[in-house]
Amino acid sequence: MKDLITSVLMLVVLTVALGVLYPFAVWGVSQIAFSHQANGSLIVRDGNVVGSQLIGQTFTSKGYFHSRPSAAGNGYDAGASSGSNLGPTNKKLIDRIGADAETMQAENPDAKVPADLVTTSASGLDPHISPEAAEFQVTRIARERNMAESDVRQIVQKFTEGRQLGFFGEPRVNVLMLNLALDKK
Amino acid sequence: MTYNGLLQILFFLVVLTLLAKPMGVFLLRVYNGESTFLDFLFKPIERLIYKVTRVDATREMNWKQYGIAMLIFSLVSSLALYAMQRFQFYLPLNPQSFSGPSEHSSFNTAVSFVTNTNWQGYVGETTMSYLTQMSGLAVQNFKSAAVGMALAIVFIRGISRFETEKLGNFWVDLTRGTLYILLPLSFLAAVFFVSQGVVQNFKPYDTAKLTDIQTVQVDKKDADGNVVKDEKGENVKEDQIVDTQTIAQGPVASQLAIKMLGTNGGGFFNANSAHPFENPTPLSNFIQMLLILLIPAGFTYTLGRMVKSQSHGWAVYAAMMILLVAGVLTLYYAESRGNPLYPATVDQTVVGGNFEGKETRFGVANSALFATVTTDASCGAVNAMHDSFTPIGGLVPMVNILLGEVIFGGVGAGLYGILIMVILTVFIAGLMVGRTPEYLGKKIEAYDVQMAMLYILIFPLIILGFTAISSISPDFGLTSLNNQGAHGLSEIFYAFTSATGNNGSAFAGISANTLWYNTTLGIAMLVGRFMMIIPMLAIAGNLAQKKSVPASLGTFPVNTALFSILLISVILIVGALTFFPVLSLSPILEHFQMVNGQTF
Repeated sequence: MKDLITSVLMLVVLTVALGVLYPFAVWGVSQIAFSHQANGSLIVRDGNVVGSQLIGQTFTSKGYFHSRPSAAGNGYDAGASSGSNLGPTNKKLIDRIGADAETMQAENPDAKVPADLVTTSASGLDPHISPEAAEFQVTRIARERNMAESDVRQIVQKFTEGRQLGFFGEPRVNVLMLNLALDKK
Repeated sequence: MTYNGLLQILFFLVVLTLLAKPMGVFLLRVYNGESTFLDFLFKPIERLIYKVTRVDATREMNWKQYGIAMLIFSLVSSLALYAMQRFQFYLPLNPQSFSGPSEHSSFNTAVSFVTNTNWQGYVGETTMSYLTQMSGLAVQNFKSAAVGMALAIVFIRGISRFETEKLGNFWVDLTRGTLYILLPLSFLAAVFFVSQGVVQNFKPYDTAKLTDIQTVQVDKKDADGNVVKDEKGENVKEDQIVDTQTIAQGPVASQLAIKMLGTNGGGFFNANSAHPFENPTPLSNFIQMLLILLIPAGFTYTLGRMVKSQSHGWAVYAAMMILLVAGVLTLYYAESRGNPLYPATVDQTVVGGNFEGKETRFGVANSALFATVTTDASCGAVNAMHDSFTPIGGLVPMVNILLGEVIFGGVGAGLYGILIMVILTVFIAGLMVGRTPEYLGKKIEAYDVQMAMLYILIFPLIILGFTAISSISPDFGLTSLNNQGAHGLSEIFYAFTSATGNNGSAFAGISANTLWYNTTLGIAMLVGRFMMIIPMLAIAGNLAQKKSVPASLGTFPVNTALFSILLISVILIVGALTFFPVLSLSPILEHFQMVNGQTF
């Protein structure tokens, strides 16, 4: 009985301390010190939120760099993150990759398709593609936008992030930021 | 495999090893009740908590009293968490107006978070209110971690004390572990995570205007919201214009920090630590992996100190580290070979291997390391989808859990898990030389070994039993599968393995939010936690009462490389003998099918 009373009291105390005070303390510090990040690293253009630096979006128009395929909702639904969870021997996966690879190759027949362009990410919200996947699309973008390929490459270069601190993670290109920059040109 | 990938893995292992000692020393001070540099802040709070909750901090308990206090506290916590989910619609901080999850889902989730499993049958961002997440789920993250740590300390006390029944006070161990270790470290980690881009707010979900407006095909619905079917029974599709993106928000950072540090693993979002708001950069990824193993690694040092044989602590650490390295290299190798079924026009080498279900910023090396670390420990957070790994890549996380999560293991749970294995090792070594086995000055007798065997046997009974029933039940077992063939068995097997092992990661294609899976996985989690804690506490209580036996020439030393090797062998043999038949029908079979070009 004594344990029961202590249990209830302890749960109340811990809930107040760890479930209310602690998250609000983190909230307070981060809203002051890192308010941009704490609120979702949102990108605002002309007073409208157009996305988050960290969350990918679907691009299908030929004049935009395309993101990876996505299994989140109808594609890049940042209210319902998800991977495809298709196993390596699943026919649906192999068929999907085959079809996507064929479409991709049609636009750039000389090169092999970088695997990230035909595979879904774990979250379905991956904001990045590999530098190789960006390079694969440069010809198309330059043609559609009547730009010199070297100019397109220059912008890609600008939005390519190297490994963090020199060796953490992998090099990558932020697709939304890149496309927004292309539109600004 | 790339040099840079291997370098990242090596760097992680070195940093972890360097942190084991300072963490271990601090754990020791906290649980011995010694003063720490945080006393100025937390000592008054600690006293206040004892006063409010009517705890007599000087009273020590025997193993039964300790166990009962722990069980009652866990029961109360489960009930409260169940109620909180069911009533979340009427509670504050629910900007998306989510209604309560179903009875069986709420039961499953309540059990899941109280047992430190954090298996998730629900989708976080479309189910749980901010209040449920931060004041319900995250509180249990702290609490279940603190309970695990307390139990590990009790086990070490059982080994290191002589001729006593007293094993410490549950409430004191719980409070001190939370206040001095989990809370300050979580706070620092949470603020760091925000600096990397993890969100921490209470806003409703944001809506962004899309740059490239999309037309997508969706199921057509009639006026009542039912899906319209054509004469063939297939869903009728219609076009829908998508010109906005909903961006889920929430108090993520505070929950993320304890989710990793407490080896809980329950994600705020469905995609867990693969979600860019829950793991935005390679650096945040590195710190998350480090937080998972920080306390478990520290505990091996604490063990050495408390039993006054530091080399024994390091011998245990070495056994764990060897198994970790073996796992991560196997997984990394398998993934970097890619999937041979992809068409030849796809270049997998530019991204380093099999890339389905992986994030670009982490790449294959960090996905492999994260998957190994999270299943060695009982964490279960993921930064890549295990379901989409190559068969051998998926085998490694499975085996890690099946070995009993003793490769560092969950906070506390990993240490008492491997100490059960140590007792078994000492026993087997004793049998081999024909002497009564001794462990650190104590005779290991029939009762101890019986309890150790009980601990070991409950685990496969639950996993194999439920897996067998599910895999022969087309109505409720197989309908939940996302993949067919051998991979389907893997999905079921992984689910029960993860639940019983209190891990919480998944082959997430399985739709586990059903009456059958919510209920049976809930039972598996309860048994996997509490039915294994009771024999463990019984051993601790029994060991503490024993007299000291001076070491003789016939005593098997537990601080040598030979001991580490024997310990690894026992862990592998127990795991392999029990689970090899199922593994050969699931990932191993699938591997050969994949190599032969078969799809399902």
